Amino acid sequence: MLVDVQNVHKSYPTEEGILDVLRGINLQLGAHERVALTGESGSGKSTLLHLLAGLDAFDSGDILFQNRSLAKFGERERADYRRCDVGVVFQQFNLIPSLSVMDNIIFHARLAQRYNAAWAQELIDRLGLSDFTARYPEQLSGGQQQRVALARTLAAKPALVLADEPTGNLDETTGDAVIDLILELSKDAGLAVLMVTHSTRLAVRMDRVVHLTRGQLTDEASAFGASASPPLARAGG
Amino acid sequence: MFALSLKALLSHWRRHPGQLLTLVLGLGLATGLWCGVQAINAEARASYDRADETLARSSRATIVAKDGGMISTRTFVALQRFGWRTSPQLEGTLRVENTRFRVVGIEPLTAPPGLLNGLIAPAANEGAQTDGGEQTLGIDTFLNPPGVLIVHPDSAAVLASQTDLPPQRLSTTVSPGVIVTDISVAQDLLKKPDSMNVLVVRGDQIDTRPPLETVADNLELVPPERSSDISELTGAFHLNLTAFGFLSFAVGLFIVRGAVGLAFEQRRTMVRSLRLLGVPNTTLMLAIGLELLVLATVAGALGILLGYAIAAVLLPDVAATLRGLYGAQVAGSLELRWQWWASGMAIALAGTALAAAGSLWQTSRLSILDGGRARAWAMASGSTQRWQLAAAMILGVLGALLLIVGEGLVVGFIILGALLLSAALVLPFVLATALRVCAGFSRSVVVQWFWADTRQQVPGLSLALMALLLALAANIGVSTMVGSFRDTFTGWLDQRLSAQLYVTASTQAQAADMRSYLTDRADAVLPIWNEEARLAGQKGQIFGVSDHPIYRENWPLLSRTEDAWDRVVAGKGVLINEQLHRRTDLQLGDTLALPQGSTLPVVAIYSDYGNPLAQAMVSVNLLEDWFPDLERKRFAVVLPDDQAAALADDLRERYDLAGRQVVQQNVVKAFSIRVFEQTFAVTDALNVLTLGIAAFAIFTSLVTIANMRQPQLAPVWAMGVTRRKLAAMEIARAVLLALFTAFLALPVGLALAWLLLAVVNVAAFGWRLPMAWFPVEWLRLGGIALVAAALAALLPALRLARTPPARLVQVFTHER
Repeated sequence: MLVDVQNVHKSYPTEEGILDVLRGINLQLGAHERVALTGESGSGKSTLLHLLAGLDAFDSGDILFQNRSLAKFGERERADYRRCDVGVVFQQFNLIPSLSVMDNIIFHARLAQRYNAAWAQELIDRLGLSDFTARYPEQLSGGQQQRVALARTLAAKPALVLADEPTGNLDETTGDAVIDLILELSKDAGLAVLMVTHSTRLAVRMDRVVHLTRGQLTDEASAFGASASPPLARAGG
Repeated sequence: MFALSLKALLSHWRRHPGQLLTLVLGLGLATGLWCGVQAINAEARASYDRADETLARSSRATIVAKDGGMISTRTFVALQRFGWRTSPQLEGTLRVENTRFRVVGIEPLTAPPGLLNGLIAPAANEGAQTDGGEQTLGIDTFLNPPGVLIVHPDSAAVLASQTDLPPQRLSTTVSPGVIVTDISVAQDLLKKPDSMNVLVVRGDQIDTRPPLETVADNLELVPPERSSDISELTGAFHLNLTAFGFLSFAVGLFIVRGAVGLAFEQRRTMVRSLRLLGVPNTTLMLAIGLELLVLATVAGALGILLGYAIAAVLLPDVAATLRGLYGAQVAGSLELRWQWWASGMAIALAGTALAAAGSLWQTSRLSILDGGRARAWAMASGSTQRWQLAAAMILGVLGALLLIVGEGLVVGFIILGALLLSAALVLPFVLATALRVCAGFSRSVVVQWFWADTRQQVPGLSLALMALLLALAANIGVSTMVGSFRDTFTGWLDQRLSAQLYVTASTQAQAADMRSYLTDRADAVLPIWNEEARLAGQKGQIFGVSDHPIYRENWPLLSRTEDAWDRVVAGKGVLINEQLHRRTDLQLGDTLALPQGSTLPVVAIYSDYGNPLAQAMVSVNLLEDWFPDLERKRFAVVLPDDQAAALADDLRERYDLAGRQVVQQNVVKAFSIRVFEQTFAVTDALNVLTLGIAAFAIFTSLVTIANMRQPQLAPVWAMGVTRRKLAAMEIARAVLLALFTAFLALPVGLALAWLLLAVVNVAAFGWRLPMAWFPVEWLRLGGIALVAAALAALLPALRLARTPPARLVQVFTHER
């Protein structure tokens, strides 16, 4: 078991009072497993992703990563965890504007001391970024920037890739291509993936789909409604 | 990880070289002005110290007469006999062709060690090298007739033409304007035979010696002082310079604050990304700290070089000012001194730390999950504005309280600081209010948008506008002060210089002959005789005055008793200058102790601008009684204006006088005004530099926020306002904001002028000046501010006008 989320609760204070965002989440994720996380807006998907990424702290419960308890991590351990164990692909890309595409791609890998020039070059080639490596993020389109963000995450070879609506800013064709790459490259690199998405079409391409409703995980079938009868088989790639 | 993070941080500057330049230049300029002033001060102080050290006085007590007069040889011998081991010196003023020299006669055989840095050596060692690399002078040569005058190379030119003086020896151990010689030679030069007026107390005293007052009760022991008379007198001038340097530094800091703030704001996304990728907060803060340290060091070094250049340019003017105002001699060349190197670097580092502290703190507290989009730069919320307003009010109250209860120069400067800082803090509130009022009067929708948009820009531009406010207020304040001073000084010169000719005879005999020659040729010949003395514990001079209507009608009295002149000419009253009155709180009717144990009541106080010394005027007969050996070579000649030139020529020819020995009133006035203008040349230069820095601050602010403006302007462009019109509105906005700032700067500047005239000048120089108004000067400064703002806005506006429509579309559709 790579990740074991155990009865995690998370709430935020608001002007109207305490808002319970996650209410007793339990989720297991195996190594190399690719899982889609779906749910309505405001259901707590991004919050769960932030907790898994070590960006935020939960109120109760625990998250075990390779049997290490995130609850016991201090600021320094959280930073180490983000640097070496997980990679996050955000909707807003979060590239470093003043670094070139090449420098952005290898940055995380070098931070994690896992830089491998051949692997980085392979990623650049397969993501179609060869012509842009000397450019800066602001000179790229949204789709190109998303591919750079993906390359940066995969170049560091984290055990777990967390993707928060990675195609939210992209058109359908580009989005499909990005998902193809995530699935293909994660398989080749042997990584686990948890991807937040609103798109049924994309979700069904993952090994498994889990659905969040008002802070609680429901069964996988409910992710698409009873009548949809989606193909829930663990169809990969 | 640290190196990688640092590399990522530094990559920002590679992408934004203009911003880097702004930061380094801003800090460099600020440090440069500060350093320049420090270099000037250090050079001047070194000159004063050298003057004392070379005469072995700085670390030793001295004995002087209580009334500032001479000490007889008999008294000196008596002191020796009772165990007071001293070395006699005679000090006085020698005029050579209208240049005044301070003559110091020393007695090398009894002088304490260290005198003239070992320049005078036993005869056998003549020609050896001193520590300072000069050749030593044999004591025999120094003592035996005709003696030697040791002078600074700067003084050589004037003395070289004098054939009746002993030979000169040039040495840089002596300050410019000082002549060091054997005491017997000094007695001849100063016409004070068998006299001395300073006894330097030696280290080898006899412990059983009786107290000084039991041996000679007319003498007093002056403890060793680090600061000499001249450094006390000039302290105020140097403090003024320092204050100006600090003001320029503060204005420069606004630029640095702006540039650092913008860099932090633009790097929020980067910082967040680095944190997301696992760089610990402490590592990141350390990397930012190191980056700032390197930048501050580079900018500091640049500032020090700039400071050296500024000091080298300004030092001759400052030296002239110090000579004109205080008679202090400062060499016109500059040395690299570690004190101001260190001070410059320290102020650059401290300034950067101060300017960056807020941003660094905010960045360290930045939540990793904050929205990645950069907030508007330096966007001040309503609460920030309220906080600033409250701070401004507190500072205002503090300043007002100090004005009522405090006194002294330092308090004066604290009040000035409180005034300027509170005005700067209140500026955003004033601007926002003014813009809100303007918006209320506009009908057109575009104009309404213009006002609203301008209000939105105020937080982003407020730092630069604060810098402009400070610079304008300082300019208005200082120019009003200088203008008031000029008006008063010119009027005062007219009163003081009411005689038509001022004559200095070559000898006393010639003077006596000249007076009888002039009896039939002039309306009056009035003595200008004076003697140095201590007045109420102050170093000063006593002048003798004869009874003539020219004094009664013209002398600039600030306050007087009704029969002041009658009492003075009858020898029953004394006039004192404003400096003596303010320093010692002597009032009309108070008694002043004078030479020979005399005392006289103060009957009037007169203004005496530009004179650092205490001064008193008594009847000329009294002066002659007290000082029988008085030098009687100078006098003023009263006659009709149209006869002055002819008589001057006649006197020069008849008595073979040099041009400068007979001077017409208009020449003296012109010379005095020239000295005055030179005195304030430094102030003018600093004024211009400060205003230049403020203009640079506006320019950099406008350039750096220009890119952030695109998302705000693109929608307006999309709705049909042309790029050209938008660009014109950008220029109009900058000009309007500068105009509002100038409006606020006017009352602040006038308050500053009042404080300078009524508080700082009184504490620093001992005189108070009436304040005059110069509306044309204010208009000129306002005009300069508007032109500077328009020029600063021109480049960003041109860039906006030329922005390709495709770029605006991209911005409008958020495809950045």
